[in-house]
Amino acid sequence: MKTPEEIFEHLTSQFGEDELSFESRDIGQPWIAVQASKIREVSKFLRDEPDLLFNTLMCLSGVHYPKEEELGVAYHLNSTRHNHSIALKVRVPENEPNVPSVESIWKTANWHEREAWDMTGVVFDDHPNHKRILLPEDWEGHPLRKDYVQQEFYQGIPTGE
Amino acid sequence: MTINMGPQHPSTHGVLRLELDLDGEVIKNTRPNIGYLHRCFEKYAEKMDDYSKVVPYTDRMDYVSAMNQEHGYVIAVERMLELEVPERVEYIRVILAELQRIASHLLGIGTFGLDLGAFTPFLYCFTEREKILDIFERTSGARLLYNYFAIGGLIKDVHPDFKKDTAEFTKTLRPVIKELNDLLSTNQIFIKRTANIGVLPEKVALNYGASGPVLRGSGVEWDLRKNDPYSIYDRFEFDIPTGMGEVGTIGDCWDRYIVRVREMEQSLRIIEQALDSMPDEGDVTEAVPKRIRPKEGELYARTETPRGELGYYIISDKSASPYRVKARAPSFVHLGLLPAISKGALIADMVAIVGSIDIVLGEVDR
Repeated sequence: MKTPEEIFEHLTSQFGEDELSFESRDIGQPWIAVQASKIREVSKFLRDEPDLLFNTLMCLSGVHYPKEEELGVAYHLNSTRHNHSIALKVRVPENEPNVPSVESIWKTANWHEREAWDMTGVVFDDHPNHKRILLPEDWEGHPLRKDYVQQEFYQGIPTGE
Repeated sequence: MTINMGPQHPSTHGVLRLELDLDGEVIKNTRPNIGYLHRCFEKYAEKMDDYSKVVPYTDRMDYVSAMNQEHGYVIAVERMLELEVPERVEYIRVILAELQRIASHLLGIGTFGLDLGAFTPFLYCFTEREKILDIFERTSGARLLYNYFAIGGLIKDVHPDFKKDTAEFTKTLRPVIKELNDLLSTNQIFIKRTANIGVLPEKVALNYGASGPVLRGSGVEWDLRKNDPYSIYDRFEFDIPTGMGEVGTIGDCWDRYIVRVREMEQSLRIIEQALDSMPDEGDVTEAVPKRIRPKEGELYARTETPRGELGYYIISDKSASPYRVKARAPSFVHLGLLPAISKGALIADMVAIVGSIDIVLGEVDR
């Protein structure tokens, strides 16, 4: 079992400190910020390294940060072998929201990434089935963006009350 | 040939559509289509002007285990507030959560049998579940969606007869579990329908993020009540039942089923221990804060619900409403692994496989 600090040290010894940073706020859990281009490599390392063995992706969430005009993706990983967990975060600009998919590493990311695309509009490169999941395919916009305005009609049906 | 199973189908347990690519009677590929019950839980949560107003919405995710959904959410917010909860509240919460787990498993097992043509066990299960709902009704006023857990405590104290009713129930359930084993678990027709069907190997289960009875059915001893203890679960003695492939292969439908049956016995053990050491006096509302404004930060809090790991990822920006609430629902993840375990199965077995992963569509679509 390793603490988030130890996991971060382990990662920086492999990838250097340029693309990774350790962050925390007043309360809650710390996370490791990762450059979007590195996320797949880092994930693969976290899964396969014998001391880490993060064999499950518990949760993947899309978040909108309108002030910075950015979209974020949070990955919550867990190891059933070592019983430790860690959060990774990726931030990408709103106008180029591309993040490499981690579907090839954890299959569970398939649906989670589709949901993040559906709700916040993050684009996952190399995703095998990059489609909306909860909303209809021809729905307009991504509801969990802070500036989302609901369309008035969907196929001629009023959507408001 | 491609056929639709659902959206209105008796064995999809809700509004779920499965597109099945078939070769004769054999399933070549499964494409689940979800979203029919999407009610914008996460958007509503952001729009609330108070963290406590989210609680009733959590009830409506997995509506057959609402107590567990509330439990996970209040724990998450309490951790953000670094709030200490009174001893008595913790005990009541654990007893309610375990009763709810039994109620949910009874429903899951009963309908699973029903899907496969066993009608009688369903009635036995519902008789017992009714007794739990009666206990909940006397205490919270509601039978299905309780809104009973408050951040920092409970809405009000339990019914004066709560302890007596619960103790009586634990005594009546044990013989019923035995009857259920005689009627269903060891029934040859039932075994023929479930053994070696929908086998989920351990590695696949972990890679697909399975949790709860689905993961334990594949032989992995993983239970958040033991592996990442929350509330006061570290004080109780109980075992984690896992699938052992007794009648077929490890990780088949029967294994997932039997894990649920055995978990009910373990829940009874927890309830009995909790009833013994629960304090009789104490105000359950004393720690409920008037204003809920967590500091800046975020966390992912997970609890073990009857269906598996329920996680809440909450971001606070110091305001009175949450910046982001993401619910990681176990049923959503489990439905995602359905294509992996149904390949090569017969259409009739699809009914058994869907029943054995015990999904609730309210939680899948949120």
